[in-house]
Amino acid sequence: MADYLAQIRLVLVKDLRLELRSRIALGQVLPFAVLVLFLFAFALDPDGDVLEVATPGLFWVTVLFSAVLILQRTFALEADDGVLDALRLSGLAPSAIFLGKVSALVVQLLVLEAVLAVGVAVLYDVTFSGIGLLVLVALSATVGIAASGAIYGALSARLKSRDTLLPVLLLPLLAPVLISATRGFEIGLRHEAGGGWSWIGLLSVFALAYLALGAVLFRPLLEDA
Amino acid sequence: MHHGEIVLLRGPNGAGKTTLLKVCAGLVPVTSGTVEVLGRDLTRHRAAVRRRVGMLGHATFLYEDLTVTENLDFWSRAAGATRDDGRAALVRLGVAERLWDLPVRALSTGQRRRVSFASMVCRRPELWLLDEPHAGLDADGRDVIDELMAEAASVGATVLFASHELDRAEGIAHRTVTISGGVIG
Repeated sequence: MADYLAQIRLVLVKDLRLELRSRIALGQVLPFAVLVLFLFAFALDPDGDVLEVATPGLFWVTVLFSAVLILQRTFALEADDGVLDALRLSGLAPSAIFLGKVSALVVQLLVLEAVLAVGVAVLYDVTFSGIGLLVLVALSATVGIAASGAIYGALSARLKSRDTLLPVLLLPLLAPVLISATRGFEIGLRHEAGGGWSWIGLLSVFALAYLALGAVLFRPLLEDA
Repeated sequence: MHHGEIVLLRGPNGAGKTTLLKVCAGLVPVTSGTVEVLGRDLTRHRAAVRRRVGMLGHATFLYEDLTVTENLDFWSRAAGATRDDGRAALVRLGVAERLWDLPVRALSTGQRRRVSFASMVCRRPELWLLDEPHAGLDADGRDVIDELMAEAASVGATVLFASHELDRAEGIAHRTVTISGGVIG
């Protein structure tokens, strides 16, 4: 078990180190996400009520688009210069590779969401009142996005059309996450009692299902990639 | 092939040398017949066989954005070896210490080739599968590769390598196998 956890940690640290070296998420995806928030603000600013009502949905749509960009980059790196073959020969358990990659994606997405939350507070004049609920929604949604994204990222890794194929495959699949996270955020922002837990439950089930699916499927996905 | 044997795989372009090496590494699925590697049926024990195999192909198998040592640390620890094993392999391959903290993308083709070889050597594989191991290397690098193959064979590892540099390759190989049109002659 300790060996297995060490393998997950090895992949997690490697992926985060790759991101720190290349600065794609920080230097390109993050500015893109903030830019999208700006564009929504410009488009909807004439009617402040619409912006206020739409904030949760706009936040999660921005997160999903940004997540697709991060996923494309993450799996493009693995397809470079025979690295996928090396991973197959490495001795690492495929499920450990999957969980390590999911962990690294979760860290990157949480950083992105934290910056976007500040952006939303400043640009959309939103006050985060039900912070506990919002954090739980964000955590469960992020794990779901990362787990399902890692599966589809591996599936499309070696395809020439992966840049266009990944969003087409992934975004419809993430519709339940978008809906649940948006509803959860709406309840959290309005600080309503109850209600939010059912959305967290749904997001958690989605996340756990894709974590389990990925742990089982990553071996054949790695072989076929 | 026997333990401690160095076998040269020769044949024209497109003969199937790379495919055969990949099949032996378990990277290309076996569609018919059986393949036995290190005494085990590859179809049934692919994961176990892979752990004992080292391969050097046309690709470097390295992350370009990571430094030399970060790459070596990752691949050595993934295989259950230590960081020291990785650094020792870099020294043995003659990778200058001033290059260790550079990202792989900043290295020349020959330097990348040496680092790639080091990441394979530090795993101490029992079967070495090498596709054009001398390609892209200077004279010194080629000599080091020859020495490493001989050293590996002397401690019982088996080396199967494909090469077009026949004069050099036949000088170190114990045996030559010719492949043409996917058929071993």
